[in-house]
Amino acid sequence: MTKAGVGAGTGTTVAADAPAATVGLPRRRGVELSLIVLAVLLSVYGYCAVGLARNGSLPPGAAGYGAGLGVLALLAHLAVRLRAPWADPLLLPIAVLLNGMGLVLIYRLDLETPGERAAPTQLVWSTVGVALFIVVVTALGDHRVLQRYSYVCVVAALALLTLPILFPAVNGARIWIRIAGFSIQPGEFAKVLLAVFFAAYLAANRTALSYAGRRIWRFSRMQLPTGRVLGPIVTIWLLSVGVLILERDLGTSLLFFGLFVVMLYVATGRTGWIAVGLLLASLGAVAVGRLEPHVHSRIEDWLHPFASIEAGQGANQLAQSLFSFAAGGAFGTGLGVGHSILIGFAAKSDFILATAGEELGLAGLSALFLLYGLLVERGYRAGLSARDPFGRLLAAGLASIVAFQVFVIAGGVTGLIPLTGMAMPFLAQGGSSVVTNWAIVALLIRVSDSARRPCGAPSAAPPTDPAAAPLAGPVARRAARRPHGPTAVQPTEPRTEPPTAPLGVQPGEPVDALVDKGPKSPGRTG
Amino acid sequence: MTRHIRHAAVFCALLLAALLVNAARVQLVQSGSYDANPANRRGSIARYAQPRGDILVGGTPVTGSRDTGEQLRYERTYQDGPLYAPVTGFASQVYGTTFLEHAGDALLSGSDPLLSPFPLWNDVTHGRAPGGDVVTTLNRHAQWAAYEGLDGRKGAVAAVEPSTGRVLALVSSPSYDPGMLSGNDARAERAWARLNRDPDKPMLNRAVRQTYPPGSTFKVVTAAAALDAGVVTDLDAATDSPAPYRLPGTTTRLTNEGDGCEDASLREAFEWSCNTVFAKLGVDTGLSGMTRTARAFGFNDESVRIPFGVAPSTFDTSLDRAQLALSSIGQYNTRATPLQMAMVSAAVADGGQVRTPYLVERTTRKGGATVATAGSRPSRQAMLPSTARRLRELMADVVREGTGTNAAIPGAIVGGKTGTAQHGLGNAGIPYAWFVSWAQGQRDPVPRVAVAVVVEDGSARRGDITGGGMAAPIARAVMEAVLDS
Repeated sequence: MTKAGVGAGTGTTVAADAPAATVGLPRRRGVELSLIVLAVLLSVYGYCAVGLARNGSLPPGAAGYGAGLGVLALLAHLAVRLRAPWADPLLLPIAVLLNGMGLVLIYRLDLETPGERAAPTQLVWSTVGVALFIVVVTALGDHRVLQRYSYVCVVAALALLTLPILFPAVNGARIWIRIAGFSIQPGEFAKVLLAVFFAAYLAANRTALSYAGRRIWRFSRMQLPTGRVLGPIVTIWLLSVGVLILERDLGTSLLFFGLFVVMLYVATGRTGWIAVGLLLASLGAVAVGRLEPHVHSRIEDWLHPFASIEAGQGANQLAQSLFSFAAGGAFGTGLGVGHSILIGFAAKSDFILATAGEELGLAGLSALFLLYGLLVERGYRAGLSARDPFGRLLAAGLASIVAFQVFVIAGGVTGLIPLTGMAMPFLAQGGSSVVTNWAIVALLIRVSDSARRPCGAPSAAPPTDPAAAPLAGPVARRAARRPHGPTAVQPTEPRTEPPTAPLGVQPGEPVDALVDKGPKSPGRTG
Repeated sequence: MTRHIRHAAVFCALLLAALLVNAARVQLVQSGSYDANPANRRGSIARYAQPRGDILVGGTPVTGSRDTGEQLRYERTYQDGPLYAPVTGFASQVYGTTFLEHAGDALLSGSDPLLSPFPLWNDVTHGRAPGGDVVTTLNRHAQWAAYEGLDGRKGAVAAVEPSTGRVLALVSSPSYDPGMLSGNDARAERAWARLNRDPDKPMLNRAVRQTYPPGSTFKVVTAAAALDAGVVTDLDAATDSPAPYRLPGTTTRLTNEGDGCEDASLREAFEWSCNTVFAKLGVDTGLSGMTRTARAFGFNDESVRIPFGVAPSTFDTSLDRAQLALSSIGQYNTRATPLQMAMVSAAVADGGQVRTPYLVERTTRKGGATVATAGSRPSRQAMLPSTARRLRELMADVVREGTGTNAAIPGAIVGGKTGTAQHGLGNAGIPYAWFVSWAQGQRDPVPRVAVAVVVEDGSARRGDITGGGMAAPIARAVMEAVLDS
């Protein structure tokens, strides 16, 4: 599908963006548009398939649903086309398709629970998510601005994380706050903020953190970090354990810790960090598994998913989830005719993947996994091609968030690892999660836009001028590696970027320069 | 940093691979065992997701399905449930299935591979064909006549077509409404508990699952054995039999209800049901002769299925002569289901042929296309055709001028035999009233119906309990219903 779509879209691109193509890297906004149209059509097809399977007729809201999703996707596309024209063309279509499929699956499950409809709310949240996406893409001219707010980010993240402790526990976990009838999971937003903070902190301090300590054993290439810089990782570890114990949210604490370890490794390249991380993680896991009954029972369920059946108490959620996947087989029962609702509580949120597995089969499930894989891959790709360490770390961190989240919850509901509550990105019911994931995609779009943007000299003629275009060719692009400069596309557009002066000083080390000029360096206090 | 981002990406790719491999494990490798887990409700949901096929009597369904809109969507309904309960059984979402609902379950529920358009089609599509229909051999009018004749008294009626073995009526009384057990709610639970508690055992299918001492009706078998063995050659010649008869090797004296049985001819003895004559005839025929004939009629056959199983009727094969004497008049360990006694009567009517009884004429797809038919059934010769002819004569005499005059139908040839079977410790129980018979209409080339009726009535005075008084009128009603239709 993807390959064909890209191929078909390329033709459109060349036709639509002929002037831009002369600049260098193709912008491929036409590809993006074609893929978005395809994603919307696929989602509408799924929506219709549910209705046809259930009532033998097209569902009444099909047109409205398609129009709503289409308008959201088109607005997002317009924002990207106008404000981030060089961004990776796959990120937005994947997000649209996953969000659309999520809405289809939730709508499908709503049919089983006429009393509580979740799809309309989810559509509202998706709209909020897309709105945030558009705001981020439009207002955030350059992702490096965020570096300046790294402390604001970490304070906000900690505040968001501790907020739910003040609210009553829901289903054994203190991760929700209720405001005006809406349940919000602040921890979701904290993920992005922490990723921003980690990226900024590590970009500033990676040299210090790279100092090698003693080797673990002779001739080993693995070296432990020095004791002085162990502080931060221990702090984050304690923070994760704190989250786990205070909020009983194993998934989130796992995610934070994994995120930090990966970003630390990416920043320093020290395998020792991974060893320390694994050691601390397993220490924490063993201790918590022993002490916390909540966590302990999850592990028991994972090891013996059918113990409750043998005890005569019927199938528990995990067993029902496994039944669901098994019932799907290779090709699934078809949308609308499975029985994943038997899972009961959380069928639309944590266990949404079971519906996909049962009704779309291994084929559909693998397709979803591959879509996530592609999204993550595009995220890392943006990280690889970013020119500044902050951008690289940010993109890698955001991609890791998506990857870990998918692995933790998908592995949990399929019995690969102990189950921890976590939202399947874009797919699962849950407003905070959808909004957060749109923010993640928006940031990735920003990073990839700045990474793929050709950097002409500030004085370069606008490439929209056909006569000047050949001059701003590959040579010009390669010569000036500065991240900023007038873009070829919208030369008259007012930029919301910070002043270019500090960024333009040292093309090789723009980030460190920026950080050092800041009032406080996160690295020195963190 | 580039290298390390690549490492992180490779790590994520490994995670993705683990997810894919694990998904394949759950969805392909272990899918079968998960599907078969008893706690997995998908099997039940699929089973009740479509209307169940119907059971037809005389071309019209006596069953139906009701859409409950619940998770287990369709529930079984029955028209005249108590009337047909011994045939249909019940199809409950909780308590399983019985009788035809059980024997034809695969077809009725649509899972029968014969229903799928192509071989293995349903396996590939995970689909289920619409439930097929089961067309029974029952005669609606005969069934009604038997049910109304029993009128709630404990008892059973079985009627078969002698020339084919088709079961025309199968009634057990008291009965119950199987529709009460269909659902999975508290109502079904209460009904189940109440029916199981009921001392009258309404769910017991007395026509095929209960054996009774056949009493004097077994004298048909004894007479056939004696005639086949040549112990009696002339129906009207006096037999050398004392009355009362002292059971061989004992001091027990066997008596008759009436007088005139001493040295009576076989015709007289049959007409007036002389215990002494038949006890001695059985002893004279010998254990092997009696056993052979009883077996040929279907006694001691544990494999009868119509298509649901029939309790085996028994004739003890290791007896001393006193026990043989009692067994020959349908006492001691001799026991028979009503259906078995109908087969005995049918064999007499059909020239000695015992046809395997069957209840399902054919099975069809939802649209009516035939899936399978009853086909030709094996039959065996229970007695010589000449013996059968003479027994018909004897049985016709019983109805014309003997104990069974209540079964006479004007304008038809009817043969019958009454029975009053004692049972219980020291024969203290209230005797069972039996009547077995067959009937041939004026224009019929062969007898069209053979019936066995048993009434185990606790309310009547003991003196009134005779097969001729209580059971024969029911048999006549059933035979008339068949002859008229």
